[in-house]
Amino acid sequence: MVDDVFDEVGLKVEDLHASYGAVEVLRGLNFEVAAKGVSVILGANGAGKTTTLRAICNMCSTSGKVTLGEEDITRTGTAEIVRRGVAHVPQGRGTFPELSTMDNLMIGAYTRKDGEVRDDVERWFEIFPRLAERQDQLAGSLSGGEQQMLAVARALMCRPRLLLLDEPSLGLAPLIIEDLFERFGTLNKETGLTMLIVEQNANLALEMADYGYVIESGEITLSGSADQLRNDPAVQEAYLGA
Amino acid sequence: MNWNFDVLPDFIFNGLSLGAIYGAVALSLVLIFKATTLINFATGELAMLGAFLVYVLHMEQGIWLWLSMAIAMGLSAGLGVLIERTLTRPFDPEDHLPVVLITLGLFLIINAVAGDIWNYQVRILTNPFGKFPDWVPSLGGDRYVEVLGSRLKYQSIGIWLTLALALFALSLILNKTKAGLAFRAVSSNVESARLVGVHTGRTLGFGWAIASAFGTLGAVLVAPQLGGVNPNMMATILIYALAGAALGGLDSQGGAVLGGILVGLIQAVLVTWGGVVVFGQLYMSILQLAAAFLIILIVLLFRPAGLFGTRRVERV
Ligand SMILES: Nc1ncnc2c1ncn2[C@@H]1O[C@H](COP(=O)(O)OP(=O)(O)O)[C@@H](O)[C@H]1O
Ligand SMILES: [Mg+2]
Repeated sequence: MVDDVFDEVGLKVEDLHASYGAVEVLRGLNFEVAAKGVSVILGANGAGKTTTLRAICNMCSTSGKVTLGEEDITRTGTAEIVRRGVAHVPQGRGTFPELSTMDNLMIGAYTRKDGEVRDDVERWFEIFPRLAERQDQLAGSLSGGEQQMLAVARALMCRPRLLLLDEPSLGLAPLIIEDLFERFGTLNKETGLTMLIVEQNANLALEMADYGYVIESGEITLSGSADQLRNDPAVQEAYLGA
Repeated sequence: MNWNFDVLPDFIFNGLSLGAIYGAVALSLVLIFKATTLINFATGELAMLGAFLVYVLHMEQGIWLWLSMAIAMGLSAGLGVLIERTLTRPFDPEDHLPVVLITLGLFLIINAVAGDIWNYQVRILTNPFGKFPDWVPSLGGDRYVEVLGSRLKYQSIGIWLTLALALFALSLILNKTKAGLAFRAVSSNVESARLVGVHTGRTLGFGWAIASAFGTLGAVLVAPQLGGVNPNMMATILIYALAGAALGGLDSQGGAVLGGILVGLIQAVLVTWGGVVVFGQLYMSILQLAAAFLIILIVLLFRPAGLFGTRRVERV
């Protein structure tokens, strides 16, 4: 059953700092993602969205505290964080271009030892039928939208408890973005999978999110329910193109 | 000038069997390059060390040749893992210079140590394919079959069959096992591999293991053509293998094997068979090396990705 695939777990980030060399990029972030919820972090180019997701997965030097459910994962290695149930779809999708679509999905299940990997492949093929059609094709030959679907399906193959999406709309045509976000919404509703999405494209993100944050120059400058943010004049001007 | 077409098939057979060995060593280079974009200059010396292990196990300890080869390949693989773990993993994978210097250092150290232990004389190592086994019906002699009026040596046939088998085993490991899938993933995109929970260090160690075992196989197969093993046996072969890898494409495994075979053919036919008519016997070895450098130069100038590769070689 789709709805018992994922455990429910929330994420809590406290006073998160991150820097590249001497340059501090995140300057003390505090935010939460409720279990089963969808949170979105909005921010312009260079605001620190990608770094935030990388910091959660311990992929850059950080200080502060990151808690997944009850577990402190601040000092946990990236591969181990994945094993604890965090799936990260990086900016630019991060598929394996020289591997087939099927192999991309199979490597997504690398951490699993149960015998239900094939069932999950079938499950995500149902949600993303285009991937089923292209299962033997090299991922590098897929279109941008298909690659984004593949990146998400691959992330789901590890049966995550938390899905991190880094600008899934980047470089995709509006219709495809709409379709993609609809699938994300369905996924969250049907499975209760907790999601954290960072986006510049605020419209669709706020539509499916429960809660949102705005990040500017490495600091959270605004937060509130998705509805509050949608109606906020500053957000409308900066991120909704109103 | 006197072009002797009667002996041409001999040269072609020879080129194809030497080329297959260049291909094996080129594959060893490419396995590591594809995963790390590093050229492991110690590839040849590690292979030489493996051949000496076979020498010790088989010639000195009297262990069955094929068992000695299996043990030596296993030990080479272990050494590969050890080198990855201790000498390359501590360094930033983005910064190539330290690790390239380390592999160059390994090259010199392994060569010096081998020279110290075994000195630089050529030592005979049993040819695994000296004579046809008894159960093979005679098709000419006990060391060759007649093809096109020339002698196709059992040794060449043996080399081709062994490498074909090894390549088949490699493709099974890479395509049908979880570790192989992880290795291909790391080779394709290290960061994403980490993001699906692959331990990239361990996986690279696995690649070093396979690459080292392959190199050892190549060195053992080439030894009889060199009269035996000696610490300098792989020096020129590494250059030909590099030429083969550059020609085939440094990130293409199949390309490396084909590139190695092409280099062997070019060497045998253009240089040894044709060159001798034009330039005379005296310049043979220098011409062979020059041809290898020429191949590398031409490929880098006109087709940096090689015949079958995708990635340009930007730096070493
Ligand atoms: N690898 C890096 N080295 C140095 N600075 C970086 C690196 N990656 C990002 N930055 C800087 O950190 C800031 C935040 O970047 P990023 O998190 O990628 O922003 P966003 O994802 O919101 O566009 C930017 O000013 C960017 O220039
Ligand atoms: Mg970004």
